[in-house]
Amino acid sequence: MPFDAARIAGLQEYLPDSVRVTSHTGGGGDVGGDIFGKLLQHVRDSHEIDTPWGELSLPHYPPVSIGGVTIDLSITKHVLFVWIAALILFTIAMMVGRKNRRAMVPSGVGNLIESIVVFMRDEVVVPNMGKGGVRYMPYLLTTFLFILFMNLLGLLPYGASATGNISVTAGLAIVSFIMIQLSAIREQGFGRYLAHLTGGVHWALWPIMIPIEVLGLFTKNFALCMRLFANMIGGHIVILSFIGLIFLFKTYLIAPASIGFALGVSMLELFVAFLQAYIFTRLTSLFMGLGMQAGHAEAGESH
Amino acid sequence: MLEVNPGLIVWTIITFVLLLLVLRKFAWGPLIESLERREEHIRNSIERAEQARSEAEKMMEENRRRLASAEQEGQRILTESRALAEKLKDEIVEKANQQSRSMIEHAHHEIERAKEAALAALRGEVATLAIRVAEKILDETLDEKRHRKLIDSSLDTLPVN
Repeated sequence: MPFDAARIAGLQEYLPDSVRVTSHTGGGGDVGGDIFGKLLQHVRDSHEIDTPWGELSLPHYPPVSIGGVTIDLSITKHVLFVWIAALILFTIAMMVGRKNRRAMVPSGVGNLIESIVVFMRDEVVVPNMGKGGVRYMPYLLTTFLFILFMNLLGLLPYGASATGNISVTAGLAIVSFIMIQLSAIREQGFGRYLAHLTGGVHWALWPIMIPIEVLGLFTKNFALCMRLFANMIGGHIVILSFIGLIFLFKTYLIAPASIGFALGVSMLELFVAFLQAYIFTRLTSLFMGLGMQAGHAEAGESH
Repeated sequence: MLEVNPGLIVWTIITFVLLLLVLRKFAWGPLIESLERREEHIRNSIERAEQARSEAEKMMEENRRRLASAEQEGQRILTESRALAEKLKDEIVEKANQQSRSMIEHAHHEIERAKEAALAALRGEVATLAIRVAEKILDETLDEKRHRKLIDSSLDTLPVN
């Protein structure tokens, strides 16, 4: 936060005086950087949430120390939105799951969820992981819908995208990393899994190869984490920037253009919300499939 | 913006794992299972329908074959019975003709015989009558025997009828 505010405040110095924004609502008459700062506050995690009835403060717990690592487990805005997404997904999935057991023919939301399940199974899981991948369907389905709901919540008024926070995407990527390793070990056996890390080259090259392969394991998930985070926060920042133009130019004349562009980007965001959830799931399934089939493929396969 | 909050990571992982465990047991498991069951059901239904269809086709073919053979059989029976009737009719007519012919012949014979008998009787009667008449006329001058011979010969010259 200080980083951004400082940068925007610094940018202000290059702008001509006429364009400079003085705070619109606040009486302080501060620089326009505050406005951008406040807008960016919207995408950043915080201990307050905006509601139609004003700002609410969330409980602030003292950091907990576990095994020498100090962790602040306070319920922040993004934790809350992670939970809201989980609650929505839980409600829908339980409803569909219970209804589906009784009826042979699906209907309503059940149909929607089922088509997602069938799509996941036939277009993502089976092509990437083979028939054995169906076992990991619950994980992939939960990942897809959980990310999707978190993405979509950011498009609602007063909402926030928890996936626009690098810690949340890191958490998802860590789970994905564990699932990829577990599925590989399960399908190949631990010995073959370790053997794969040598890349199948001459033993003399192992000191070079093993670190590269191990690094490769982490970069995949690091990329997953960064991709989701950057895509989600990027869209929000673009929307906020268009809105921010109104305050920057201090005129309502710019509003139609700003709102028009923001609306366009919002629609794009709607698509991106689905796309990124799909990409995360698809890549996870692909990596799991690679790990599972690595033993069957010839040694020295590179990826 | 790039600062990492370990607390948030922990909360995310906890939430996700709990959600995954609950949904796997109560939502995705049953859903995928019922999906597979339904697909199995549909596959079976299609298979059964296909089987029923081919069976029906076979049956129809069989029926058609039977119908054709029955028709043929009927035709054959009709032809046979027609021929039989023709033969029977011919026989009966033939028999009737024969019978009628024999009856006519018989009647002819009968008539012939009756005529002959009548003629013979007539001849005898006429001869006797003639002799009586001649006797009366000639009175006992003539020998009866001679006269009879005379009359017989004259009668023979007469036409038969």
